Parts: sequence; structure tokens; C-alpha cells
Amino acid sequence: MSQSTSAPKGRDKPAIVVGFLMLALAGILWADAVSLGSVVAYGIGPAVVPKIIAAGLVLLGLLSILSGFRSAGTEPEEADFGPVGILVIGFLVLTAMIGFGGGFVPAMAVLFAITSFAFGRRAVLVDLAIGVVLSTLIYLLFSKLLTLSLPQGPLERLLG
Amino acid sequence: MESFYALMSGFTVAMTAANLLYASVGVLLGTAVGVLPGIGPAVTVALLLPITFKLDPSGSLIMFAGIYYGAMYGGSTTSILINTPGESASMATALQGNLMAKSGRAGPALATSAIGSFIAGFIATAGIAFLAPWMVKFAVQFGPEDYFALMVVAFITVSATFGDSPLKGLISLFCGLAFGLIGIDKLTGQSRLTFGLPELLDGVEVTTLAVGLFAIGEAMFVVSRHRVAEEVMQMTGSLWMSKEDWKRSWKPWLRGTMYGFPIGALPAGGAEIPTFLSYSTEKRLSKHPEEWDTIGAIEGVAGPEAANNASVAGTLVPLLSLGLPTSATAAIMLAGFQQFGLNPGPLLFAEKPDLVWGLIASLFIANAMLVVLNLPLVGIWVKLLKIPTPWLYAGILMFAAMGSIATKGSIAELLMLLGFGIIGFLMRRYDYPVAPMVVGLILGPMAESQFRRALQISIGDPLVLVQSPIAATLLGVAFLALIAPYVAGGLNKFKANED
Repeated sequence: MSQSTSAPKGRDKPAIVVGFLMLALAGILWADAVSLGSVVAYGIGPAVVPKIIAAGLVLLGLLSILSGFRSAGTEPEEADFGPVGILVIGFLVLTAMIGFGGGFVPAMAVLFAITSFAFGRRAVLVDLAIGVVLSTLIYLLFSKLLTLSLPQGPLERLLG
Repeated sequence: MESFYALMSGFTVAMTAANLLYASVGVLLGTAVGVLPGIGPAVTVALLLPITFKLDPSGSLIMFAGIYYGAMYGGSTTSILINTPGESASMATALQGNLMAKSGRAGPALATSAIGSFIAGFIATAGIAFLAPWMVKFAVQFGPEDYFALMVVAFITVSATFGDSPLKGLISLFCGLAFGLIGIDKLTGQSRLTFGLPELLDGVEVTTLAVGLFAIGEAMFVVSRHRVAEEVMQMTGSLWMSKEDWKRSWKPWLRGTMYGFPIGALPAGGAEIPTFLSYSTEKRLSKHPEEWDTIGAIEGVAGPEAANNASVAGTLVPLLSLGLPTSATAAIMLAGFQQFGLNPGPLLFAEKPDLVWGLIASLFIANAMLVVLNLPLVGIWVKLLKIPTPWLYAGILMFAAMGSIATKGSIAELLMLLGFGIIGFLMRRYDYPVAPMVVGLILGPMAESQFRRALQISIGDPLVLVQSPIAATLLGVAFLALIAPYVAGGLNKFKANED
């Protein structure tokens, strides 16, 4: 309780940003609700609840902005966004490989290697190999034992 | 007595060889994933959901029960051996458990938490068996407006009452409600918020949201902080508890259960409250106050652990009898039911008693299996904790992606998963609770349909929402729960005292 009284003049920027994001989200909800045709003759239509939620979001957004201007908030810890970016890239590469028919095993192996790289390991080839072994095991387990259909590329067709 | 016979017939369902196998596989998998640092029960259940897709409904739900208890148990092992609780409810366990491990008493700490979980789980499951049918009888009289009011109560207690900041919890909830609107409106067939994308017509999957927010968000959070890996405690000391340990544990187990089950079942705000209540009670009653700051007191592990398990089992009462999820884990369990087109609630008890009672019986079995399988296997679980961080998170991301590839396999689904991961990361970084979002996503559409049904019956008169005495009372409770944190100063003060 003591630290909040010490510096009341700063601003809680994240709270203000979140507040505006909520207002924007409310706007999207409202616009979509308005665009729905009113096909319902009785009862309440599909637009009512989105409008209520949008109103709630506006209220919460305003409260958040207000609280952001009134208090300093606590500074989050130092963060390094570089590795987070690498994680995102790894995931996007996975998505692209699945999308272009690269198959389950190679895509997963690449995801494994890139993630491991983001966490500071530098043995990319070793990790790629581990990724291949792991994802092959998972592939066999899921497609053979549990008969789930996973995306197939050239490699998976070899596995049968 | 009626419940007793129903439960016995449930056991005949659960005790078939195949179902016992499902339960044990579930327990082992649940523990193996739940033991990974930073992975709580909610994510474990979400990550392992795809495995149950192809089984028959009762087999799959039984495996689910195993996964669920296994994940709970795995989480407490992690809290004790490395000081990284996977969720706030295991924080109390971590406090004393880790101290005990550091002073060479990891064995008894793990044992008291396992046996305490077993006892709490046993009592709480018995509580479910007797309370749920009673709730069902009560619930059949509920009209849509009463259900709606009940859901409003759940919304408020999950998001506002017990969090650090009610505003942040409500923001998280309302974002979840907004996500819940995406897709085809069930009553009119119109598509909402799909922006012309056919992939969005089915709406947002609860598992996608949960895995994105929890698993991927957590990975991003950890990598952004360069966290130095916490030291994994050696499993030292005998696994067996001494006579003294038993003597000091059994009362905390029972007291913890008494805190946990009612608070979980009511639903009054998740597992965090009872664990901290139990922790402070045990600290006050302890005959060995000197141990709490030095070598760790066994009461401080036994009580909160039992409270945690009992309250999580308690959340199954509203889930099974009303179809009302009141925690992130329960929300994912509900998604597990829905994948088979099953909707928990009074109807399910009437239509598929075998399935419901088989599931409840499996909770007993899974709970017993935990003690039998997991205590002897603790060496293996400890080894899992030693997986280097890069491989650990690489594996978690693989599993996270796998789930959504196996269910839908669409690019849109994977991108949504990534988007939720980024949202989860930012929420964690700026201290927004994620559970309300998950509950909002699954409960929002249900609340909407009850709301519209009520207004349809009343031909648009909104007064119907408060005219039923049940609904009016519940909405009053919701209002009180909303203003309570401002009046009482909230849990913050209580928590601050505890640190």
C-alpha cells in the first residue's frame, strides 16, 4: 500500500492504451451489430447483445483511461522483445509450411529448432534433428494410433 | 441413497478394462505435462484434449478425468521442487514446499501433498456425487432468466471479485465475451464479426484461445525475461512420511478440504482464496512457528494442497449439474464435453446417467491411481523437470501447434493461435488475468441464448430478468460481488500481509 502513495503524478500508459483499444473494439462490435439486417419479427435480434457488450467495453475503456491518468501504475520488468519476435517468426514459418503442403514433420521440426534458438541455444542442426525425431514420433502416434488426420507432405507419405 | 446406487452403477462403467486403461493413461499423461514448469492444469487439459478426439465419449471423458487429476498433481510437484508455481493456486504450496525441499525434506513434502490431494479429492468427489443430483433437482426449476442471472454471478466472481484489479478482470472478461460473438448466431443464422472470412463462421475454439493465451503466451513471457532457470531441488529424504509428519498433516488436509470444496462449488472465486485461507489458518495454528521461515512447515504444504484440490473438484459441481464453468480448467472441460455434442446440466443427468456417473466414478479411480502410480514414479517426474528450457518450450510450442493442426488444420486457426499467444503475452506482462477471457468466451454465448430466450418468452419485456425471485436474488449477489472488493479493500491487503 505504501508505494502507491509516493509518486502519484506519473501516468499508467498501458492502462491508457488498453482503454483506447477497448473503445476501438467497442466500435468494431457496434459497427458489425448495426450492419446486421433485422430479420427477426419478434423477440430480440442478434444485434442486441453485441451492442450491450460494446457499451460495456466503452465503459471499461473510459474507466481504464481515467485510471491511467490518475495513477502511475507499476513499471513492468525489463523485457527483451527480440526473442519474442523470433518465436513469432518460428510460428509463422510453421504456418506457411503447413499451408504450402510442406507436411507435418518438417514444419514441426523447424518450429522446434527456431523456438530452441529463441531460447538461446545455438546448435541449430542438432535441434533440427531432435525436432524431426520428436515430430515423427508424434506423427506416428497420432495418425496411426489415434487415426487423426495430420497434414501430409512428401515425408509423411513415405511413412505411409 | 439414490445417488449411492447411481454411483455404484457408475463404477461398473468405469471399472471396465478399457476405461481403467484410459484413466491410467490420462493420469500419466496429465502428470507428465502438468509437471512441466509454467504449465498449469488448464493448459495441460487443453493441450491433451486432441488425444481424446477419437475415443468414444465416455472413454474420452474418463481419460479426461485422469488428465485433470494428473495435471493437478504434476503442478504441485513442480511447485515443491522448483519454485515456479504453474498457477496462482499453487503459490501457497510453493512457499513452504520449496523451503522443505531446500532443507532436504522434498520427499515428505511431495508425499503430504499427494496424500493430501488424494484425501481432499476423495472427499470432494464424494461431495460432487451427493451435491450434484441435489443441484440438478434445484436446477430443473430454473427458467432462462434464472440461468442468465446465474451466469452473471459466475462472470463477476471469476473476473472481478477476487482478482488484483476488478477493472482488469472485467476488461479480460469483456474481450472474451466479444470473441464469443464471432461466428454464426445460433438463433437466426446470421454471421457476426466474421468480416467475410469463412474460417470464422464456426467461431473461436475455447482450446485455441486457452492454448494460445496460456501456453504460447507463457513461452513468450519467459523468453522475454531471460529468466535464469530456477534450481531443481534434488529428491532427497525418504518419500515416506514419519509418524510425526502424519500427525501434523491430517488436520490440515481436512481443514483445507473444508475451505476448498464449498468455495469451489459455490462458485465463489476459484482455488486461490481457499489455498491462501488454508495457508494462513495453518500458520496461525501451527505448533512449530519457527519452521515457517526456516526449514518449511509440513502443515503449510498439506493444507493448501488439499484446499487446492478440493476447490478444483468443487468447480465440477456447477459444471456437471448446471453446465456452468467457473474456472479456466472447467471451461476447457466443458469444451471437451461439447466436442461430443454433450451439454452438461440437468438434462445430461437424465439422459446419459451412465456417462455422468461413470465420469464421477472415474474421478475416484483417477484419484486413487495418482497415489499408486505417481509416488513411486516421482523419480521420472523429477527428470522431466531437468529438460533444458529451450527444448522444454520448443516441445510445448510443438504440442500447442499440434492441437490446432489436428483439430482444424487451417492456416486461419494457426494464425488465431499465434494472435492469442501475443495477447496472452501482453496480458501477462501488464498483469491482466487470462482466466476471465476463457470463461467469457465459452459462457458468453450460453448467457446470450438464455437472455434472448427469456426475453422471447416475455415478448421483449426486460423486467422478466428480475421478476423471478431466484434471478433477482442472484443478480443481487452479483452486484454485491462486484462492489465487494471496493468495500472490503479486497484480497490484496490480505495477500500483502501474507508475503
